[in-house]
Amino acid sequence: MPSSDELRQRIEVAFPGSLVTVEDTTGGGDHFRAEIVSDRFDGLSRIQQHKLVYDVFGPEVGGAIHALSIKTSTPGGTT
Amino acid sequence: MNNTEIREFIEGAIEENPVMLFMKGSPEQPACGFSARTAACLNALGVRYAALDILPDQRIREELSAVSGWPTIPQLFVKGELVGGCDIVTEMYENGELAELLGAEQPEEAGEVAMQSEAPVTKGPVPLENRLD
Repeated sequence: MPSSDELRQRIEVAFPGSLVTVEDTTGGGDHFRAEIVSDRFDGLSRIQQHKLVYDVFGPEVGGAIHALSIKTSTPGGTT
Repeated sequence: MNNTEIREFIEGAIEENPVMLFMKGSPEQPACGFSARTAACLNALGVRYAALDILPDQRIREELSAVSGWPTIPQLFVKGELVGGCDIVTEMYENGELAELLGAEQPEEAGEVAMQSEAPVTKGPVPLENRLD
C-alpha cells in the first residue's frame, strides 16, 4: 500500500528541484492529494501538467492509488 | 460488443456531444464524490451536457483512458477536447474559465460548488450498457 511519503519521494525524483506536498486524504493509503511546484510546468496547459504527474505512477492511478488529486503551479505563480 | 466497438462508441460520443462527461454513476445518482462534484459544476452553470456511466463494464474505462491518455474518472470533454477531471473542472468553475469555455453565465456565488444543484436536461447518449450483448 503506497504511503504519502513514498508518493512525495517519487514525484520529487521525477521533478528534480520541485516543491512537493502529498496528503493522504482519507488515511486509507489510497486517496491522495498532491501539490507540486515545479518549473517543468512552465508554458504547459493544466492538462499537460497533470498528465506529467499521472505519468509518474502509470497504471497505479486507478489501481492501488484509487484517487490522486493534483494541484500544480510554477515557482513564478499559478498557471 | 468488443473493445474496438466500445472505443468507437466512446469516440463517437466525444465527437457528437459538445459537452460530454464520462463519470461513475449518473448526474442524478453519482457513484463517486469526484464525479458528483464535476457534474455539480456543470449543473450550476445550467449547461446541457451528455453523461455516460463508465461503471457497467470495466472495458469502458480502459478504452476511454486509452483514447484520452487520462487515467482517472471523471473526464470532461468540450468540443471534442479533454478539459480534465474533477480537480481541473472545479478549479475552472471557481475562477470562471469553465463558464467562459461553455458560454455560460458565471453564478454569483460560484465560490462554493453547490452539490445539490439540480441537473438540467442531461439526456446522454444511448446507454452503453444496453449495447454490450
